[in-house]
Amino acid sequence: MMIKNVGTMQLSTPSDTEIAMSRVFNAPKELLFEAFTTPLYLKQWLGTHNGWKMTVCEIDLRVGGKYRYAWEGRENMKMSMGGEYREIAAPDRIVATELFDDPWYPGGAVGTTTFVEASGKTTVTMAVKYANKEARDAVLKTPMESGVAAGFDKLAEIVATRP
Amino acid sequence: MPSAQLDTTFFALADPTRRAILARLARGEASVNELAEPFAMSQPAISKHLKVLERAGLISRGRDAQRRPCRLEAQPLAEANEWLETYRQYWEQSFAHLDDLLERMKDSRAPQPRGKRTTRTKRTPRKH
Repeated sequence: MMIKNVGTMQLSTPSDTEIAMSRVFNAPKELLFEAFTTPLYLKQWLGTHNGWKMTVCEIDLRVGGKYRYAWEGRENMKMSMGGEYREIAAPDRIVATELFDDPWYPGGAVGTTTFVEASGKTTVTMAVKYANKEARDAVLKTPMESGVAAGFDKLAEIVATRP
Repeated sequence: MPSAQLDTTFFALADPTRRAILARLARGEASVNELAEPFAMSQPAISKHLKVLERAGLISRGRDAQRRPCRLEAQPLAEANEWLETYRQYWEQSFAHLDDLLERMKDSRAPQPRGKRTTRTKRTPRKH
């Protein structure tokens, strides 16, 4: 298993077909669970980078229930995905399938989100299991696991400062 | 979104010798001999690395048959970095917003100061 720190997050590859990402939040797990499963809250944070807005967030939070997310970015860029809940153990664990409408990797995926609290802080781990290694690698693009990122920042700097 | 070109770029960058070669070329073009010098490696071994870098479009080779100097091509590297940066930004920014949201959630649920109790605590017996 490879582990790589990317900013405040930790990326790892628990197996050949998985990518996991962890981040610690300064809040009890009940709040995190709500923030991950309530449309009102999800719209305030998920995918809200560089001007992207979550425009659709529909959640039927029960086993077999479906969810659907869509985002809009600058220059009319759009992204959307959805899936079905497989397991819900509030406020500790959610398992759901995930499929992008315009996927860049083959097959679907199953995401497991866990909330583990210790002394008032909660570690959220989002592990995604892909159909096969090829799909996983297509998502991961190798930089995080191969150590490319290690020498990467420096290289990027060099390139950026080239005339 | 990621493309086959990006795959090739990341594969080429996955090796420390190849990264060192690129770092050297960032200072200016160099021949295979010049590139092989700092590494305890044969010229054919270096040539192999150069082929991978060339295929990835990260370097180009001069036409001078004798020397065939290598030079850095910045574009694929910039694209690869853009992808990594986009990925990092996506989650960093999302999580920063989540941090803010959690603070607001905590605030709205915190016990209110005396005399300002909300409906959430209306069943709490009041003193006197």
